[in-house]
Amino acid sequence: MFENARLSRPQDIRVDLQLIAEMIEPNSRVLDVGCAEGTLLSHLISAKNVDGRGMELSQAGVNACVTKGLSVVQGDADTDLVDYPAKGFDYAILSQTLQATHRPKLVLEQLLRVGKKAIVSFPNFAYWRCRAYLALKGRMPMTSSLDYAWYETPNIHFCTLRDFMALCDEIGVTIEKSIVVDNNGKVMKDSVGENRANFFGVQCVFLLSNGQD
Amino acid sequence: MPLDCGAMMSDISMAYNTYGTLNEDKSNAILLCHALTGDQYAASRQPITGKDGWWSFMIGPGKILDTDRYFIVCSNILGGCMGTTGPLDIDPDTGKPYGLNLPMITIGDMVRAQALLQDYLEIPDWFAVMGGSMGGMQVLQWASAYPERCFSAVPIATAAKHSAQNIAFHEVGRQAVMADPDWQGGNYYESGRKPRAGLSVARMAAHVTYLSESALHRKFGRNLQDREDLTYGFDADFQVESYLRYQGINFVDRFDANSYLYITRAMDYFDLASDHGGSLAKAFAGTNTRFCVVSFSSDWLFPTSESKDVVRALNAAAANVSFVEIETDKGHDAFLLETPEMLTTIGGFLESTAKSRGIA
Repeated sequence: MFENARLSRPQDIRVDLQLIAEMIEPNSRVLDVGCAEGTLLSHLISAKNVDGRGMELSQAGVNACVTKGLSVVQGDADTDLVDYPAKGFDYAILSQTLQATHRPKLVLEQLLRVGKKAIVSFPNFAYWRCRAYLALKGRMPMTSSLDYAWYETPNIHFCTLRDFMALCDEIGVTIEKSIVVDNNGKVMKDSVGENRANFFGVQCVFLLSNGQD
Repeated sequence: MPLDCGAMMSDISMAYNTYGTLNEDKSNAILLCHALTGDQYAASRQPITGKDGWWSFMIGPGKILDTDRYFIVCSNILGGCMGTTGPLDIDPDTGKPYGLNLPMITIGDMVRAQALLQDYLEIPDWFAVMGGSMGGMQVLQWASAYPERCFSAVPIATAAKHSAQNIAFHEVGRQAVMADPDWQGGNYYESGRKPRAGLSVARMAAHVTYLSESALHRKFGRNLQDREDLTYGFDADFQVESYLRYQGINFVDRFDANSYLYITRAMDYFDLASDHGGSLAKAFAGTNTRFCVVSFSSDWLFPTSESKDVVRALNAAAANVSFVEIETDKGHDAFLLETPEMLTTIGGFLESTAKSRGIA
């Protein structure tokens, strides 16, 4: 469970990567916030011919990106998105990073200021195994792939599909598209608002825009 | 050549060194901009000190600046004292050394002179313009004034303006030089005396700003120099004093005091944003240059926040920019040291930029 719930993205992000890439129009301008070693960015440049930029917190991550020829600046999603001009990008991507930000709401608003559209992916905390862990063991969910104890996890703002949709509603963000993935990495047929999705969905990807745009 | 101060300057000499060979497409030329007390001997033996060039560890076959691959040009800056026209050279109007009659030089003037050298070398555009500290200021000026001539730009440990604190330190240095009776109002060239003590003190003060507290502590601590006990006098009891005195004395042999005054002033005057109506982003509007901005965590002379200002402006200008702050305790001087992360960052950037430029 929670294969993608870590701060640094897991090595196998193929599902997430694939789903995000499918949402992006070729030849667009893209900002990947929290781009880690640039795997997604590299993929988008080669597969979609995007003009891609990245932001990453760790020096090692930035160095890895620069070595690959990616344009990446060292920065923090919580504080440094404000430095970007409005609507400078067609897409601002936040892949598997939302739960590690200090102020997810502000970051989401900034994503939609910087990008004409935002793509956000995150692990669903209402996934049934997660609920079961808490319900049966009575402790914060931890597994081999999510091996942080509650007191040292960088993932400080977990949310469920429903939580996220409520936040979008609250700040007037339109969900243009949403994809929920199950434990086998398969896209679920259930729509994102349904109980089944929030129960069996492990992770999700949202394509968002500001309502008025 | 017109100068920013309004004066015209003719008969400019430029001293430069090159390493490697210009390719047929003329697409592999790199301009290195040296720092305040640097010179054109980037990778060759400095004739006065006999020491290796200031970036020898970067330049050579198989190194980051691979001379089998790139054509590297490094020129002495306008106002310098290693061959390019500066205060110690003869003023054609008087037949005597310029001294303080040399018009004030700016970073913009230095770059304008380098552009003339570029024309002379028939290089249409630089594959990269690189430099640290004041060299980095020149890099930013290059990218702003001649964007079409810079395929990429690597400003290291630098800023788009000289801070009040930095101006203050420079003023201390200049006053030390001018307080030395041997300075003689700048007309010391024919007297057989020069302001050795003043320039030496200026260098000592400046040298402290190039290091960090922790680097000084690690290197010297409170260790005594060649003695068991304090002498209860003003001898160099401490190693750090002895080191600074050595730095000061050596500097005087290779550097002209008036040049030091002119160049520090040029840095003080540098403010790229004010040249563009107060907007640094405007200085880079519409640029196609690829940038790689590098700062060092313990650099308090050109702190990371200054580099971030540049990155912010480049982002606002939708420029292609990478930025890394390198963790080190070596202070501002880190760009002159073989800092591994700097090598991988710049090496990686050049490698990928060369690929996109089609340089084999």
